[in-house]
Amino acid sequence: MAEPTTVHPAGMDYVPHAAGFVANEGPKLLTSRFPYEDSYTLGRALATGAYAGLRAALGRAPDDVHAEVREATLLGRGGAGFPAGVKWGFCPEGVWPRYLVVNGDESEPGTYKDRLLMERDPHQLIEGCLIACYALGLSQCFLYVRGEMALAQERLATALNDAYAADYVGRNICDTDFSVDIILHWGAGAYIVGEETALIESLEGNRGMPRLKPPYFPAAIGLYGKPTIVNNVETLANLPWILEHGAAAYRGYGSETSPGTRLFAVSGHVVRPGVYEVEQGVTTFRDLFYGDNFCRGIRDGNDLKAFIPGGASAPWFFEEQLDLPLEARDVGAAGSMLGSGAMVVMDHTTDVVKACLRVVRFFARESCGKCTPCREGISWEEKILERILDGHGRPADLDLLLDIGDNISPGPYPVAAHGAEGFDAVPFPPQQTTICPLGPSAIAPITSALRRFRSEFEARITCRDSLPVQAAPVVEGAPA
Amino acid sequence: MAYFTEANARTATEIIANYPRPRSAVIPLLHLAQEQEGWVTRDAMVEIADLTGATPAEILGTGSFYEMFKFHPVGRYVVNVCTNISCQLLGGEELLHHVEESLGVHAGGTTDDGMFTVEDVECVAACTEAPCFTVNYRYFHRADADTFDAVVDDLRAGRSPLARGAQGDDGHVPAHGTLGRLRQHVPDDRRAGVVPPEEAGEAPVWLRPSPATAGGSDG
Repeated sequence: MAEPTTVHPAGMDYVPHAAGFVANEGPKLLTSRFPYEDSYTLGRALATGAYAGLRAALGRAPDDVHAEVREATLLGRGGAGFPAGVKWGFCPEGVWPRYLVVNGDESEPGTYKDRLLMERDPHQLIEGCLIACYALGLSQCFLYVRGEMALAQERLATALNDAYAADYVGRNICDTDFSVDIILHWGAGAYIVGEETALIESLEGNRGMPRLKPPYFPAAIGLYGKPTIVNNVETLANLPWILEHGAAAYRGYGSETSPGTRLFAVSGHVVRPGVYEVEQGVTTFRDLFYGDNFCRGIRDGNDLKAFIPGGASAPWFFEEQLDLPLEARDVGAAGSMLGSGAMVVMDHTTDVVKACLRVVRFFARESCGKCTPCREGISWEEKILERILDGHGRPADLDLLLDIGDNISPGPYPVAAHGAEGFDAVPFPPQQTTICPLGPSAIAPITSALRRFRSEFEARITCRDSLPVQAAPVVEGAPA
Repeated sequence: MAYFTEANARTATEIIANYPRPRSAVIPLLHLAQEQEGWVTRDAMVEIADLTGATPAEILGTGSFYEMFKFHPVGRYVVNVCTNISCQLLGGEELLHHVEESLGVHAGGTTDDGMFTVEDVECVAACTEAPCFTVNYRYFHRADADTFDAVVDDLRAGRSPLARGAQGDDGHVPAHGTLGRLRQHVPDDRRAGVVPPEEAGEAPVWLRPSPATAGGSDG
């Protein structure tokens, strides 16, 4: 099987030049280059096997390469977890040109992996882009990098300049008739642009507002109305390994339905927060949060109160879900999602109302304003939570929160299955009255928190004397 | 009177050449305008409209959607303090409070000397390194009040504070507007060329059945 995979010795657990990255023990499909201080240079990349996957791909027919990726069951790493090989298959026959847009607009709160992949190993990403372009006949690649990531842009710009000079990008790559340009495109700060149709709008020079569906997949109608593949940075970064070692070797890691490894960023109240490359399916949340190889427990020996399993959009999990494996299907069945691989751990000292307000405020700020339920509803929720936190909550506020949520994301609330309280698992993602999932993303997490910690919210409303009451807001929110 | 300097006008031409349609260059050109003056002026939008075949109103329409574009002068250094969930849990709001107190401006404000603008921002993807702040989009990880004070002292004294920040970033913090300190340049002799959507021709050459040319050079 795959020999070159590096397993780092115990003791070499923190690499100071890659902030956040922890070289835990385990297979390294994505981060094998990270421990080198000069991991981002072409020289180091070539010395450690970069572009071998591309050469392997170029030696095969494009269809063959696509089949290999489909065979690997590479799940998209951006949030939705859709198999990349299947998504690639949605390009209509005979419609040209086709484009590749790389989603490097990582902004989901808690998520820190794409920035690391771009800063630490830009050549791996470039190689992944080239493999995708070769397999599908994509004529041009746009690398959409979040605007705020200045260092990632510099590293990618240098890497692209070097790769062009070394014949890995551009005309007649590696002396074949495969030619493609990769254009580094800077974003400018908008979370919603991570939604793939909004990303395309932004790349066309417009406000980054999601497009009406159908068509559901830009693979059918995307950039300039042409078939467009939109893939996440981490998804593409997996391709060089898959092409070099084969789908069978890739499936040797992880579980049947979620093969390979993933980068998980664990932040919040853990002893050793960090970005870990973790084999999917065989590791549980408990291993990750408490294991010696990973986060080493909750700070100060505190108790776990709640945790976010997959980015701010994901319904919260609690102690009962700790033993779930890190496997998209199981986490989905339990009522949440692994999403973008972002976990936020909250210990028992956490003020849940405050945390909820922060999550809702994020979505209120980032709502693009296209759909009324999201634009008006989330900012209304923000005002309600603000007044509850300020000690001006009203008795009906909690039901009002749920009611507004029901107008954005109708039907049963997407709550985590916690048998103790008698809730059944509800499939996630939820229904929505909006054209993109941003609105429901604000509702799902606070609904799960509100269901679980209702007494804490009520205490803020009824026992305000015992809480520090801040100045009253000058203008009350929308009529209740 | 052209807005862009001669050098930036050349860069603008180069940027536009990277896209099948000039309109796609609007955001990169707004960044270029911001790099030139620190913020996006009306003249800049008029010129970008000319260059991309849009109206100035459309340029403002696009630009105003994105948080990074400033349509009024801001400080030489824009300090972004993250207060989103991961940072909040570990003191991001307290850090913002300290920043506001020590600089004497609220989030959104600029110090009288035009040195610093403070912003309360959303997640900047440094969650495991919370709390964090950025100065002109250069990261300072696991920061506290002392880190911030030291960075401010450095900047006021004309020293680079980057050694205190994210590992791997060095050199100087450029004035607000400059994002990447270097750019991608596609050399003309290596350029594969843009493929406009209107050219709805046939599949690219490597997909066409032709066993003689298919395949890699390394066998």
